[in-house]
Amino acid sequence: MKNRLKNFEFFDFLYNYGTVFTIILMFGFFAVATNGRFLQSGNLINILRAMSIVTVISTGVTISLVVGGFDLSVGSVASMTMAVGIAMFVWYEQNVLVAIVAALVVAVIIGLINSFMIIKFNIPDMLTTLAAMFIFNGVSTTFSKGKIISQNMIMPDGSTSTGLVPQVFRDFGSVPQIIIIMAVLVILVHVFLTFTKHGRYMYIVGGNKEAARLSGVNINKYKMIAYMLSAMLAGIGGLLLAARIGQANPSAGAGYLMESVAAAFIGFSFLGAGKPNAIGTFFGALLMVSLSNGLVMISIPYYSMDIIKGIVLVLALALTYYKNKD
Amino acid sequence: MSKFELSMRNISIEFPGVKALNEAQFDVRHGEIHALIGANGAGKSTMMKVLSGSYTHWTGEMYLNGEQINIRSVVDAKNLGIETVYQEVDVALIPYLSVAENIMIDKMIMDMNGKHFVDWKSVSNQAKEVLKRLNVSLKVNKKVEHCSLAEKQMVLIARSISRDCKLLILDEPTAPLSTKEAEELFRVVRDLRDSGVAIVFISHRLPEIFSLCDHITIMRDGKHISDMLIKETNEKQVVEAMLGRSFEENYPKYDADIGDVSFEVRSLTDKKILKDVSMNVRKGEIVGIAGLVGAGKTEFCKAIFGAESIVSGEIYKDQQRISIKNPTLAVKAKLALVPEERRKEGVLVSETVFKNLTLPSISQFSRYMFMLFGKEKKISKEIIRDLGIKTPSENQKVKNLSGGNQQKVVVGKWLIADADVYIFDEPTKGVDVGAKKDIFELIGRLVNQGKSVIYASCENSELLSITDRIYVMYDGQVVKEVMTKDASEDEILYYSAGGKNYEKQA
Repeated sequence: MKNRLKNFEFFDFLYNYGTVFTIILMFGFFAVATNGRFLQSGNLINILRAMSIVTVISTGVTISLVVGGFDLSVGSVASMTMAVGIAMFVWYEQNVLVAIVAALVVAVIIGLINSFMIIKFNIPDMLTTLAAMFIFNGVSTTFSKGKIISQNMIMPDGSTSTGLVPQVFRDFGSVPQIIIIMAVLVILVHVFLTFTKHGRYMYIVGGNKEAARLSGVNINKYKMIAYMLSAMLAGIGGLLLAARIGQANPSAGAGYLMESVAAAFIGFSFLGAGKPNAIGTFFGALLMVSLSNGLVMISIPYYSMDIIKGIVLVLALALTYYKNKD
Repeated sequence: MSKFELSMRNISIEFPGVKALNEAQFDVRHGEIHALIGANGAGKSTMMKVLSGSYTHWTGEMYLNGEQINIRSVVDAKNLGIETVYQEVDVALIPYLSVAENIMIDKMIMDMNGKHFVDWKSVSNQAKEVLKRLNVSLKVNKKVEHCSLAEKQMVLIARSISRDCKLLILDEPTAPLSTKEAEELFRVVRDLRDSGVAIVFISHRLPEIFSLCDHITIMRDGKHISDMLIKETNEKQVVEAMLGRSFEENYPKYDADIGDVSFEVRSLTDKKILKDVSMNVRKGEIVGIAGLVGAGKTEFCKAIFGAESIVSGEIYKDQQRISIKNPTLAVKAKLALVPEERRKEGVLVSETVFKNLTLPSISQFSRYMFMLFGKEKKISKEIIRDLGIKTPSENQKVKNLSGGNQQKVVVGKWLIADADVYIFDEPTKGVDVGAKKDIFELIGRLVNQGKSVIYASCENSELLSITDRIYVMYDGQVVKEVMTKDASEDEILYYSAGGKNYEKQA
């Protein structure tokens, strides 16, 4: 009996602090393995910069998880905004404001379509957004005719495009702007979810839809808001990616889906929250990205890295779900 | 008749923060139906979960026919012939498989002995055999998802006896059944007893315990209080032992000043069952909705709350016609619904007490959309104290509360929302006598404040003791309206069963 209780507490501790613990362990390991190079400020900033896009997209996924949904279309949304944003500059020679607004409008429309299909047709969230993932990945590659959209690209009529990607826009993708944008968004989403009544409603909808409905919560409205915010954040992620590389690879966003989902799920257990939350997601992303960074530094070949990333992911998730076993 | 005498001694079990069982004991033997009764949270379900191997970390001793045994897993229990039929039958059934497959599933899992191919013909024959033993007529190739609740229960009982069942635990089996279905269940249970099976029967309903059982064990606060032969005790004694205090038998009637009509429904028809239902309720009045299971009471309660789509009908509040297309509008119109399925529709089990309490009235607790946590907790504490909700704090998760206390949380959230019309749908279902009394007191307080109460229940004795007026429903229609003081239980039952002209006995 005594022993069992101790076990309980031990796993409670692991559950509450597991993510933090894993991060500290990992930092310690890489610090030793790289003779401290891993902890140099240059590299830490590097990690923050590299994780910013994943984090932004992942906070969107987090919001969809809060209402009991699951947005798998975030990667495609990021590809879309990336393509639209760059095309606005390169093809249509528009200014920064127009490009950003156009890209985000596209993102919000995708969020609306997702929530419409989920609410009106009752298709399970994951399937709706899975379909949307395929559709909009296709739309963005079709929009760019399968090519990378960049300055001085050859247009279909044989001419060379004349539009430029302005420096103001590219600056969003450089340090420290990109890190500041990430931090602000994470804090905003955290405040929204934790301290506003809308956030409370969203957690309630995710907790028990029927009880929420019979208490007078307009569950469809909150599902819709959640998918629009999710798409919006994914869209911002896509724009940041565009700003960073200055061109649009029409399916670049797809690569961010899995890491974002992983980060959001790791975030569940952060400090014992037990539910999706923005701060947890930030640390989830930190875990995933610093792992990649460290593995590169200790010269693990790129083709083997996914093995280790997968193992760390499954360990982090084991910590989250072990407690829920009974 | 094989010998099966089981004793549990000094059984204790702890969960984080609660001592659910405290040196409890329990005895049961072959050929008896043994009632296990206690208020919610008394530990009866926990005791049975220990016995059926669902909980493994208990301390104490168990003896079977004088020899010490140790049940630490469900497989241990099943190998001893201990089977349980839980109240939530759907959890244990696989809806898209047939009755035969569902009955034989235990045998297929436990007794395959290394075989890998299933002989479907023998599965269906054996299932037929088992149903024949129960004397139940049910097609074995019917899919379970098409079965009624009562039939599903029979499938589970059949599954239990498909292997060598020595002890059958029935956890509140009659709660969802109609009177007729319950009678059928009792016949099956009696037959099983006569064939030598020991039966543990958990129920809140005293009349059925007294007509069915041979022996009764009463638990309170995780402890064994007493066990008696049914023929040597009476209902009053049992209730007193359960509550640890004496208890007047009738619920008090709260009389309030009855005012104008505050809520009225005219010719309400829905897509499923309701046909042309009209009713009204006045300020300070408690109006009962009587009817058997399936008469449309729940559908009615949900329809007037906007949770069920209606085809036609008009709703008036304070003489103003209002439109209630969804529950959000209902809450705005100051209606409140305490739904029948508490855990599924009433509370958020994995959220804290205070978040549940403030849910319908969140705007009160936020300024410029930001939550005011301090105010939220303060008001929650007041409600917890006021309603006597048993919880360590407002931060406790609702799933750790007992059924009666969860129900108080559901009522409490509408008190904060300050509704005018309260709709209660079977609020005392699965609630113990003490909490029931608290709920009635609360309803009394509501009408004293001039609120209107609509109270739907299939417990006619409750309706007769607390309401002012009763509408009787049958097959989706209101067939009779009576003043409670002129009505009798017979009369209500007569109309609920579809009778047309009741003649009072002189």
